[in-house]
Amino acid sequence: MNDTLLTEQTLAVQRPVLFRYALLQLRDSELADDAVQETLLAAWQSAAGFEGKAGLRTWLIGILKHKIADHWRRSAREAVAPTFDRTDEGDGEAEEDDYFMSSGHWNGGPKAWADPEAALKQQEFWAIYEVCQNNLPPKMANVFMLRELVGLDADEVCREAGLSDANYWVTMHRARLRLRECLDIRWFNNTKQEQHHA
Amino acid sequence: MRSCRDISALVSQELDKKLSLSERLSVGLHVMMCNRCRNFQTQSRFIRKAARRYTDELQSRLDNKS
Repeated sequence: MNDTLLTEQTLAVQRPVLFRYALLQLRDSELADDAVQETLLAAWQSAAGFEGKAGLRTWLIGILKHKIADHWRRSAREAVAPTFDRTDEGDGEAEEDDYFMSSGHWNGGPKAWADPEAALKQQEFWAIYEVCQNNLPPKMANVFMLRELVGLDADEVCREAGLSDANYWVTMHRARLRLRECLDIRWFNNTKQEQHHA
Repeated sequence: MRSCRDISALVSQELDKKLSLSERLSVGLHVMMCNRCRNFQTQSRFIRKAARRYTDELQSRLDNKS
């Protein structure tokens, strides 16, 4: 089997991932669709340029990034959505220590959540989820979103974000600790929550 | 005996890779006895589920606006 062989089908399988990537940046389904369409077309036309070294998806995302950049240039608007290229200005390295005591035990720690599944059906929950996600330090948010929202593999995320393996694990773990705490405070163990269920 | 700090890190990693047998045993035994690490485990899995659904939610919200 030849990895470098590009068919319409191998390109089409990548469409959902590319679409989610574009949607998160452009925040418009039609624009995202167009960008993905242009990307697949460009990929198809320059199939010879694909050497299979970096992996098909990495190559396609490279093209997609250009299409998205073109869009911002044309519309001459500031990109408000995540650019997936941000860095954190010395975000506290020791922050994990807020969650644990020096003994290694939880400082406070996760209390049980009542019926998380029900939350997924509530508009208000998604608003809170978004707030919590936006509260992550920029680079941490990028890594988390590339992995969990766009759906890249861990090693693809490392390539995209320029992370080592070890950094990846730490970053994802901190993102989960933070998101968990935020959702806990703002939704699951928020006493005002009763209102949503009423 | 591994601490909650170490176990929670493994719980996180478990979402992205297969842990070694001894790591899996440590996590399994620990969460049996430790509510807070068990909650972290279920809640981390829930967060993954929510994150995967977020783009669909975003899309329907954006499409309803236009």
